[in-house]
Amino acid sequence: MTDLDDTAPGRTAPETRDEGLDARLVVDRGSFRLDVALTAAPGDVVALLGPNGAGKTTALRALAGLLPLTDGRLRLDGVRLDRTPPESRPVGVVFQDYLLFPHLTALDNVAFGPRCRGVSKAEARAQAAEWLDRMGLAEHTGAKPRRLSGGQAQRVALARALATRPRLLLLDEPLAALDARTRLEVRAQLRRHLAEFEAVAVLVTHDPLDAMVLADRLVVVEHGRVVQEGGPADIARRPRTDYIAQLVGLNLYRGHADGHTVRLEAGPTIATTEELSGPVFVAFPPAAVTLFRDRPTGASARNLWRCEVAGLETHGDQIRAGLTGELPLAADLTTVAAAELDLHPGAPVWATVKATQTHAYPA
Amino acid sequence: MTTRSVRGTRRARRALRVAGTGAAALLALSACSSPDADSGSGTGDAGSSASSSGKLSGTVTVFAAASLKESFTALGKEFEERHPGTEVAFNFSGSDTLAASITSGAPADVFAAASGKTMKIVTDAGDTAGTPATFVRNQLEIATLPGNPDRISSLKDLTRSGLKVVLCDKTVPCGAAAQKALQSSGLKLTPVSYEQDVKSALTKVELKEADAAVVYQTDVRAAGDKVEGVDFPEAAEAVNDYPIALLRDAPNADGAKAFIDLVKSAEGQKVLTEAGFRKP
Amino acid sequence: MTKSTRTPTGTVDGGPRRARLRGGTRTVPVPLLLPALVGLAFLLLPLIALLVRAPWRDLPEQLTSAEVWQALRLSLVCATSATLLSLLVGVPLAWLLARTEFPGRGLVRALVTLPLVLPPVVGGVALLLAFGRNGVVGQWLDSWFGITLPFTTTGVVLAETFVAMPFLVISVEGTLRAADPRYEEAATTLGASRFTAFRRVTLPLIAPGIAAGAVLAWARALGEFGATITFAGNFPGRTQTMPLAVYLALQNDPAAAIALSLVLLAVSIAVLAGLRDRWMTAS
Repeated sequence: MTDLDDTAPGRTAPETRDEGLDARLVVDRGSFRLDVALTAAPGDVVALLGPNGAGKTTALRALAGLLPLTDGRLRLDGVRLDRTPPESRPVGVVFQDYLLFPHLTALDNVAFGPRCRGVSKAEARAQAAEWLDRMGLAEHTGAKPRRLSGGQAQRVALARALATRPRLLLLDEPLAALDARTRLEVRAQLRRHLAEFEAVAVLVTHDPLDAMVLADRLVVVEHGRVVQEGGPADIARRPRTDYIAQLVGLNLYRGHADGHTVRLEAGPTIATTEELSGPVFVAFPPAAVTLFRDRPTGASARNLWRCEVAGLETHGDQIRAGLTGELPLAADLTTVAAAELDLHPGAPVWATVKATQTHAYPA
Repeated sequence: MTTRSVRGTRRARRALRVAGTGAAALLALSACSSPDADSGSGTGDAGSSASSSGKLSGTVTVFAAASLKESFTALGKEFEERHPGTEVAFNFSGSDTLAASITSGAPADVFAAASGKTMKIVTDAGDTAGTPATFVRNQLEIATLPGNPDRISSLKDLTRSGLKVVLCDKTVPCGAAAQKALQSSGLKLTPVSYEQDVKSALTKVELKEADAAVVYQTDVRAAGDKVEGVDFPEAAEAVNDYPIALLRDAPNADGAKAFIDLVKSAEGQKVLTEAGFRKP
Repeated sequence: MTKSTRTPTGTVDGGPRRARLRGGTRTVPVPLLLPALVGLAFLLLPLIALLVRAPWRDLPEQLTSAEVWQALRLSLVCATSATLLSLLVGVPLAWLLARTEFPGRGLVRALVTLPLVLPPVVGGVALLLAFGRNGVVGQWLDSWFGITLPFTTTGVVLAETFVAMPFLVISVEGTLRAADPRYEEAATTLGASRFTAFRRVTLPLIAPGIAAGAVLAWARALGEFGATITFAGNFPGRTQTMPLAVYLALQNDPAAAIALSLVLLAVSIAVLAGLRDRWMTAS
């Protein structure tokens, strides 16, 4: 999370100042335009998080050189790479479905990169064996990719990408091809390997959990633009778009603050503990919402809205109710509570949230 | 065993063909109420009635040697003009191929071969009606490039090294004749290729891929100024007789006879000699 | 395109294959079975007829003739050479058509397949006009290098290549289109040039398709007649391949022609069956 502007301008060696990744990727693909800026210092793990079609993979392909930049810049450790062909970039890629060469053994897959970079066959194989050993795959060096499990294949792909000693490691949905059980295990291993990696790593994912576990910094991309970036905790606490709010499981509203009251554009107000003024976001978790069949008496809940049940779905061991009305929101409640309230689509309900459970922050 | 089953199928086909003739006769009947309408009952008496009335109809199918293409096509047109309502269909090919088709039951009325040997295949199989008659003869000639740049003047000149000569394959009449001529003069000639028929031998010279070819005079004549002909005396040793015959299973025997008559007539001979053929 | 065949449990392969086998025991629908059998019969009957009418008694005599072996040897040599030549230029051509964008690519693809529809004899004439002694290119070959192609064994190889290569190009292009181009991308991110990626990744991946195309091309070259006799002529031992020998034998000795055809047939079946088992099931 090096902010380049903070670096002292008087430093002599430009290489040190230019360490890491400094990119503005502009790619036009028909009506779609990707325009994202990415900077990262060596050792950083940056996650590009976004919905399908946001342009994450386009950004990754542009970084790898598989797509030409329409505009912008790409510098890695001070070297311009905009016009460098992919085979000459110090970039390693772990593809979504790994793309291990099916006709080569795990060992030869990993040795492929060093071989292409001029290392002798014996030396390349020795390096490959070392990488596989480090990945805990010493016993599978002779296996063809179709004999490997998903998790093993993922590690071979990682070893193959790392074996070229890249200065930028790109991972495209590294866990998407795995089933839930393998995923947990592989995620932990990948986190360890990424932590050991000394150069810049950029991973692309649509899974917020993967992003938050694996990355130091999240860059959220929607419609080809960066909509929010920051540390995982910051993003999880202060989402700035509906997409992120949904990912991290928060109700999110945009409004105008005046003291402890935030007035939403649609009309209703939300009472908050923070005292702010001007445009703000207000967020609260669905679990903070309490539902009543009849209008609750007593003034304890200032945030009281008349709503209607739009839909119900199970969410873990809870029921998540989607509400429309004065304030559209999601509310979590127990199955018992849902039954007692006789919730069904179309049922009128009253929703309350304590001011202490809301969180307001400047927009 | 082979012959027996071939006969069997041929018999079946003949039955079909008779039915076909009946249908054709019916068509002719409905097309024009001719005086000989009552003769259209079968192939047997069709011949006699045709010779008496001379009114012809239908298609005459002629299988003829490839070298006859130009002259026979002209005669076919002449025939159709003389006998309105008729049509002459030709199948020009190597005589051996044609003979093989006829003996395996291809429906044809007339066979005009480029050699007695190929005609004999058909007569031996008993597929001709009557004795074949020689109607023209064809003689070999050397075809050279226009202007005869290699100054070829004899059969012996063809044996010069470096000269690319094409001959017909021994299996086709023009090739057999060429071998005969070479043998009689004691010459040994190694061509660059034994072509599958006389036309493709000539084409190689026309395209200037070969310097010379031994072909028929008629072919040299037909090629116009694309090749130049050189006569050689040994050609007389290997003259090809062209026999023509009415076929036994001819679907249109009347038309066939009339066509053969036209070929043999003075006018037919005129067309053929103009094409380079010699009178028998 | 081709996603990995990994199953959700993490184990790989095996599953789909077993499913396919199980499908085989199911009953075949009659609307498919009947036309299939008719098609099979239509293809096999002429071959059976050839066997039934074969002059088996004369066969030994036919087969001991030196000319037959000469023609057979020439056929095999020429068909194999034509296949190798097709591979040498046809695979790169297929790659160009499948993996690059250039103006008029559709037209080029159509032109590549033209020899498929062109009557082979016309192809032979076209070859003469191009590579003949007076051909567009041939005249320069003749005057500069003293090379003439018509009436030579090289001419036979060229004629067969002309007719057979489209089969290879079409087959390989199809395989390339079906193959995942991202493997090439993965190779380039590992430092492979586009050519290295092609040689070390794409080529092994499409090997079964190349083999299938090569077998098709070889078979077509082996049976080639029209373009060969037109371009290279017919001279025993030099340009007379089996099909030419068969055709000429047909002129006056149909029995011999059938015998020769049987030899050609037997050799083709032996080679094709052998190659099929080795290569084509590898895919």
